[in-house]
Amino acid sequence: MGPIVIVEKVSIRFGGLLALNEVSFQMEERHIQAIIGPNGAGKTTLFNCLTGFYKPTEGSIVLRRDGKSYHLTQPPMGSFRGNPAGWMGGFLRNLFTSNPIHRTALLGVSRTYQNIRLFAQMTGIENLLVAQHNSVNHKLLSGIFQTPGFLRSEKKALEKAWYWLEFMGLEDTANIEAGNLAYGLQRRLELARAMATSPRLICLDEPAAGLNRQEIEDLNRVIVNLRNEHKISVLLIEHHMGVVMNISDRVVVLDHGEVISEGTPAEVQKDPRVIKAYLGEEEEDAPPQSRREA
Amino acid sequence: MFTIGDPLIILAQQLINGLILGSIYGLIAIGYTMVYGIIGMINFAHGEIYMISSYLFAIFLALVGLFGVSSVPVALLITLVVTLVITGLYGFSVERIAYRPLRGSSRLAPLISAIGMSLVLQNFVLLSQGANTQIFPSIYEGVLRWSMGSKDNFVQITYIQAMIIGVTVVSMIALNILINHTPLGRACRATQQDRTMANLMGINTDRVISLTFVIGAAMAAVAGMLITFNFKSFDFFIGFVAGIKAFTAAVLGGIGSIPGAMLGGIILGLAESLFAGLVNTDYKDVFAFGLLVTVLVFRPTGILGQPEVEKI
Ligand SMILES: Nc1ncnc2c1ncn2[C@@H]1O[C@H](COP(=O)(O)OP(=O)(O)O)[C@@H](O)[C@H]1O
Ligand SMILES: [Mg+2]
Repeated sequence: MGPIVIVEKVSIRFGGLLALNEVSFQMEERHIQAIIGPNGAGKTTLFNCLTGFYKPTEGSIVLRRDGKSYHLTQPPMGSFRGNPAGWMGGFLRNLFTSNPIHRTALLGVSRTYQNIRLFAQMTGIENLLVAQHNSVNHKLLSGIFQTPGFLRSEKKALEKAWYWLEFMGLEDTANIEAGNLAYGLQRRLELARAMATSPRLICLDEPAAGLNRQEIEDLNRVIVNLRNEHKISVLLIEHHMGVVMNISDRVVVLDHGEVISEGTPAEVQKDPRVIKAYLGEEEEDAPPQSRREA
Repeated sequence: MFTIGDPLIILAQQLINGLILGSIYGLIAIGYTMVYGIIGMINFAHGEIYMISSYLFAIFLALVGLFGVSSVPVALLITLVVTLVITGLYGFSVERIAYRPLRGSSRLAPLISAIGMSLVLQNFVLLSQGANTQIFPSIYEGVLRWSMGSKDNFVQITYIQAMIIGVTVVSMIALNILINHTPLGRACRATQQDRTMANLMGINTDRVISLTFVIGAAMAAVAGMLITFNFKSFDFFIGFVAGIKAFTAAVLGGIGSIPGAMLGGIILGLAESLFAGLVNTDYKDVFAFGLLVTVLVFRPTGILGQPEVEKI
């Protein structure tokens, strides 16, 4: 089927820290691919590069879609650091362009966060409606005058929102403000919201963090279902090897910003370098609460 | 039954006057509150936008007349739409030129930029239109009177004042539909709560921010046109006082909250009018600001304000 994401020699430097060092890998379309590695390995940083929050110091990330290539490494808004010329450059760039991050979503890339970021003062259903912003009629006047075309598009959006609520077993949360939901429900709602943007590729940052064994099994079923039934490619960050081994098609192992191993779960598990990276780390099945949030 | 100067009559009349004044404060305050809600800064140039809309209204009404539109309602309607659009454009440009380039810099930079923008706009009008007080023609004169007891005892409201209340109500309904029942409004609220996340949902948050400035400017334009209609005179400096009062209203109601801005405006208008009518005209501003301080002591986030949420 061909790759959906091609990461090539991506490096990013924060001051003296080389957080990613020439990271290269590909991801096949409709695969579940896991990125694992110890804390601080650079997994979240890689996601931030993928979704346009960070611009890699070097390298490129390309998204393949319908036979076309799109670069996912646009510069974010000017940041006003450094010399006057850089300052002027940031000023002018901000004057004439808008923040490009929303384009990543338009290309069909969606993501969840390691620490939940729902629209806390909106209800469950509203969270899923916001996610469909680009597929609904959002013209100013047709909205104010509630034209028939507008109402039709709202109805479609509502149906889709309900579909994903039911898919995740969240019907009861439709009219509750997201900030008031229990932790496990918030995690599920965040995944439902990511799906409501109709992505081709969904990036999940430690979706199992803080979930109990039963919830993790449910989550794994959902992820497999997304790939099989909804034809979605899933890029999955996990801290713990055990969680992802039975559902991943491929695994990339990061350590200190470098890819130290790549292959099927079975291959990776036997790789001496992986075993070494995880030795001295905490126990593989340590309770999730003991993890550092990064 | 009632005698001239009866406190009850003054009270009733000042309630009406306060409501009208408060509507205007509220309309302007919406611009402050929406911008604060979405990018966390005070747009000090907002009062000037209101002032400019007065000029635009007068200029375009004259132009429309010059082009031979003789029917007053038609001329007013055309002028209204043109003024709304051009004032919106001013709001858009202010954000584009003075604030957006500073996105990602320190919090202080856009504030200073805002003060600069305010001075620029004021002096632009001063230079191009002169320092004279401008006079607006009298249209739709007439009053509704309710007499109380004898012929000399009445409470009155002019047609134009009634129109102010009517137009304010319609504007608020339209704004409410926009914010709470349309995708654009959802996008605004999402951007207000978590801009980064809204971005990831595919919302062009820069466009949402622009829209916020345009809506705020349009509301200020509604206020500017109504006030011009009512007082029939304006100059290049009216934006300053109106801006401060409206800002006070926004803080009083809870900055960031749209219903709060309207409520704050009306409370401030009523407080000023009642104090001026029943106690003392000279100290009405002291009373208004005193009220603000008192409310903030007991509710630091204003009447309808949410406690500050950490912006990420
Ligand atoms: N914006 C940033 N500025 C400075 N250092 C950063 C930044 N983002 C991440 N880092 C650093 O990069 C390293 C990788 O972090 P991260 O990608 O969050 O690791 P993890 O694999 O646990 O998700 C860490 O040492 C972190 O402190
Ligand atoms: Mg992480």
